[in-house]
Formats: sequence, structure tokens, C-alpha cells
Amino acid sequence: MASLFTFANPKRFMDLSAAVLPWLVGATVATLGAGLVLGFLSPPDYQQGDTVKIMFLHVPAAWTAMMAYGLLALSSLIGLVWRHPLSDVAAKAIAPLGAIFTLLGLITGSLWGKPMWGAWWVWDARLTSFLLLLFLYLGYIALWNAFEDEVRAARAAAILALVGAVNLPIIEFSVDWWTTLHQGESIFRAGGPTISAVFLWPLGLTGLGYTLLFATLWTIRIRTEILERRVRSLLLEGAA
Amino acid sequence: MSGFLAMGGYAAYVWPAYGVTVVLLGGAIAVTLRAYARARARLAALEKP
Repeated sequence: MASLFTFANPKRFMDLSAAVLPWLVGATVATLGAGLVLGFLSPPDYQQGDTVKIMFLHVPAAWTAMMAYGLLALSSLIGLVWRHPLSDVAAKAIAPLGAIFTLLGLITGSLWGKPMWGAWWVWDARLTSFLLLLFLYLGYIALWNAFEDEVRAARAAAILALVGAVNLPIIEFSVDWWTTLHQGESIFRAGGPTISAVFLWPLGLTGLGYTLLFATLWTIRIRTEILERRVRSLLLEGAA
Repeated sequence: MSGFLAMGGYAAYVWPAYGVTVVLLGGAIAVTLRAYARARARLAALEKP
């Protein structure tokens, strides 16, 4: 852990992230651009027609939303156990991003569900647990804003984040545990992906692009919060 | 070209999906960058001797 915390010092984080940020932005633009172009060039699916193009937006958004929650829970755990200030900042910086990716997953899923299932929404396990993910993010943000004191806010929100982490495996395995309209896992499954390479490539690239976009925005938001905290402490010093 | 825009009859679902993605992700990028620029400006103003 010592080596991890060496980089988790705010000053070092500012130096390191400043060096990494241009590469992150470049990699995001390249993967997202290539994935979207390949997605548009991909042929219609034999069953789903051109609605398969929604997959390149829906699956990466949902994946990023869940990964972000995993990181939120992990940062919260580190914040609770080791009381490391940067982990609270990191957790706080994730929540609005996670909420946006979750909302995107829900809306694009609805736009895909209507033509393929005949319904904008069904109350099955996958959709309901994913809607709960949005409420967890919103609840986390609301809890942060409910406290004046940053340390207490971080602690309360971290506990909510950890309790809510139970929802992640429920989302993941909901398509196996319960009957659902939602299709099952077709990428990371034993025996290899079951979708054609013409869809797998654009999906992989947009998935990577969304992940990198999240990493870029997360890094900038952590930097913003560190700068804001420096501003607040300078103002306090000035007032004293 | 019109065939591409029609999305095999699913234009009413495919294009809104791309539209909402551009709006929400574009919005997230814009808000993030604006907050970052504001924080940098505030700190620069305070650190000016």
C-alpha cells in the first residue's frame, strides 16, 4: 500500500496527472472516433437490423456506469479504512459522471427496447437493478450535499456507496438468475464471444473509448477538486 | 445517403440514441472543463502576489 499512497499524495497526483492527461485525451479521441466510424459502417444485423447500431452506445455506457460504481465503492472503502483524503476526493469526483453514464445506458436501452421488444420499459431484474444504480448515484450526491463538514459528508456517502455495491453483482447476474427480455452475456463468456467480428470490433473500441473518456473526465474532476480545496484553504488563511 | 439516414426503417430509434449520447457526453465534457478552468482561474488570482 505504501507505494500506492506515494502517488496518492495530492501534490504528486497533480504532477503525475498533468503528464498523463494529454495521452489520455489522445487515446480517448482515437478509440472513440474509430469505434463510432466502424460502428456506422457495420452492416445491419440479420435479426435486429440497424438497431444494432444502438449497441455501440448502450453497452459501453452501461459497462462504464458499472465500472465507475465499482471504483466509487473502492475509493470509498480506502477512504473509510485508511482515511486517505485523496480517496474521498476521487470518490466524490466519480458520482456525477457515473450518474450520466447510467442515464445514457437507460435511455439508449429504452430506444433499443421499443423496436426490439415492443416496450420502452419493462420491470424486470436487469432494468430495475440498473435503475437502482442511478438512484444510488443520485443518493450519493445528495448525501454529500447534505453535510456542511467535508469529512463527515465523505464518511456518510462512503457507507452508502459500500452498501449499494451489493447491487453490482445483482445487475451483472440478473440475466442469468431471473427470466428477462434482456439478452444474456455475449462478450465475456466461457467459449468466447458469440457476436460477429464486424460488431465485436466497433463494440470493443467504443467500450475502450468510453472507459478512457471516463478516466479523462475523472482525472480532470479530481484535479478541479484539489484546486478548489487549495482555494478554500487560502481563503481561510486570508480571513484569519 | 437517404438509405443510410433511414437506418433500415429504425431511424426514429437509432438517431435519437446518437443524439442523446452526444448531448449528455458533450454536456459532461463541457461542465467538467468549465469547472476546471474556473478553479484554475480562482487559484491563480489568489496566488498572485
